Amino acid sequence: MAGPDEISKPRGLSARLIINGHILRRSRFLVGFVLLFALWELAVQSGVKEYVLPSPISVFYGFIEHWPNLLTNAWTTTVEIIAGYALAIAISIPLALLIAFSRLFEETIYPVVVFLQIVPKIAVAPLFIIWFGFGFTPKVLLVFLLSFFPIVVSAIAGFKSINPEIVDFVRTTGANGFRTFFKIRLPHALPEIFTGLKVGAALSATAAVVAEFVASDRGLGYLLLQYNGDLNTRMVFAAIILLSAIGVAIYFMAELLERIFVPWRLPPGGHTDVT
Amino acid sequence: MSNRTRNANTTDRLPDVTDLSTKQSAIRAEGVSKTFGTEDRPIVALSSVDLTIKDGEFIAIVGPSGCGKSTLLRIVAGISKPTTGTVTTPHGVVTSPLTDVGIVFQSPVLLDWRNILDNVLIQFELRGIKAKDFSDRARNLLGAVGLGDFLNRYPRELSGGMRQRAAIARALVHNPSLLLMDEPFGALDALTREQMRVDLEALWLKSRKTVLFVTHGIDEAVLLADRVVVMSPRPGRIEQVIEVDIPRPRGLGARRDPTFLRITEEITNIFLSRGVFHQGSGLSESLGH
Ligand SMILES: Nc1ncnc2c1ncn2[C@@H]1O[C@H](COP(=O)(O)OP(=O)(O)OP(=O)(O)O)[C@@H](O)[C@H]1O
Ligand SMILES: [Mg+2]
Repeated sequence: MAGPDEISKPRGLSARLIINGHILRRSRFLVGFVLLFALWELAVQSGVKEYVLPSPISVFYGFIEHWPNLLTNAWTTTVEIIAGYALAIAISIPLALLIAFSRLFEETIYPVVVFLQIVPKIAVAPLFIIWFGFGFTPKVLLVFLLSFFPIVVSAIAGFKSINPEIVDFVRTTGANGFRTFFKIRLPHALPEIFTGLKVGAALSATAAVVAEFVASDRGLGYLLLQYNGDLNTRMVFAAIILLSAIGVAIYFMAELLERIFVPWRLPPGGHTDVT
Repeated sequence: MSNRTRNANTTDRLPDVTDLSTKQSAIRAEGVSKTFGTEDRPIVALSSVDLTIKDGEFIAIVGPSGCGKSTLLRIVAGISKPTTGTVTTPHGVVTSPLTDVGIVFQSPVLLDWRNILDNVLIQFELRGIKAKDFSDRARNLLGAVGLGDFLNRYPRELSGGMRQRAAIARALVHNPSLLLMDEPFGALDALTREQMRVDLEALWLKSRKTVLFVTHGIDEAVLLADRVVVMSPRPGRIEQVIEVDIPRPRGLGARRDPTFLRITEEITNIFLSRGVFHQGSGLSESLGH
């Protein structure tokens, strides 16, 4: 394999090897999915009841039949997720900056953040209904609440974890705080910030569904409960698959942004054996 | 900043500091001490250190771990404030970090997100100087430390020794008048270390910068320095300052020089008498054998 250690290889050849190897490695994940589907179909063939485990085909037809209904509700959930997640980013990053760079904030606010982080946030969902009613707001707030903490905690860690010797070096350049931040501290913190963003993204879909479970008249979580009540298992499956798709899409958005903003994290070609 | 203007004209060469205008400058530490910790449990890292570093001189500091070598270097750099005493440069008493210095640590502390060339050029960016104007100079310097083919590589793609060379290039690229090195070869294997030492001497012979070089290695100190400052264990004091007049370039051969042998033995004896070394095996005794 063309590894990063093969420095003196002619560029063209090694590039081609990397691309080929890359595609090969990239498509390997399909094998697992094919196996999963085969296993699923096998279980259905061996006589598991339709209301316990519908066949993949039947789920697929369910998708087609109820497409418009699924789509409107998926849209509702997506908007809740995006709004809550965006709010979490907008508040957590500035807060992380304050805590990382101000003694006062570190000593007063940070302990509160650490404490609140331990509170099982999902348990707050019913309370949000009392406070904010049945509409859009409690859902957005629960998404916010769940995705906020991983982002803020990892961003603080990113801003603070800098090697003191780098700081010493920077001081000998006489750089002001502004330059130090944008040239050193921010790029240094970005990988950790993105780790938090991805964890937050994964949690945000869960949060939206839970909030809809508690009380709502629309959204995929609401739809899921409806289908569940009717013992319409294949549509429950359809809703779950759609939800997963939304979660995956958001995760990959974060991943894509990471590749753009933190290109140094992965060597070209996605080799991860060098850290 | 007359240095800087000079750089601009000689971008394609290593700094040749034969410029006499800065020759008489010196760095003086007077009565420098440093105490860490609380008032009831103070840790005296340095106690009343007096040292004059002449311009263009290569000074090595040797001493056991924890004797305050790094502390002294940081105080000279103005990164750390002395508890008592002062450090003076030709520009006056040091009260804030010196900027006319290059600094190298035991770990290369390169920036992961920048390639090697940009890691060197950060020196200018942080100073608010257009890095582009110095790109040729950075390339030449990286070439001089053997990294000419690795300008676009990222730190993680380089070996430890190569990274340390890049860190040295970064410390020299702005042509500082003082080079501070804190165990710069400490993390390297013995072979690389020896090579880096020879290379550093060659580089220094070309530039004749003032160097303050901290090390654990008695050999390394004697092979590199004009004067070796021997420090004693806590509280850190200067035990002795020894002139090393072995002709340069010393290269690899100087290990056989009788002066080298005499001085290393002298330093070993100082450490023996101060309890840094023990004859026989103190460790096996304390393990009960
Ligand atoms: N920031 C600090 N806070 C408290 N004590 C410190 C601090 N920095 C250094 N010390 C203490 O000062 C003493 C000297 O430390 P220093 O790092 O200067 O030693 P050193 O000679 O460089 O050791 P080494 O060879 O292991 O690097 C040590 O006892 C250390 O515990
Ligand atoms: Mg040290």
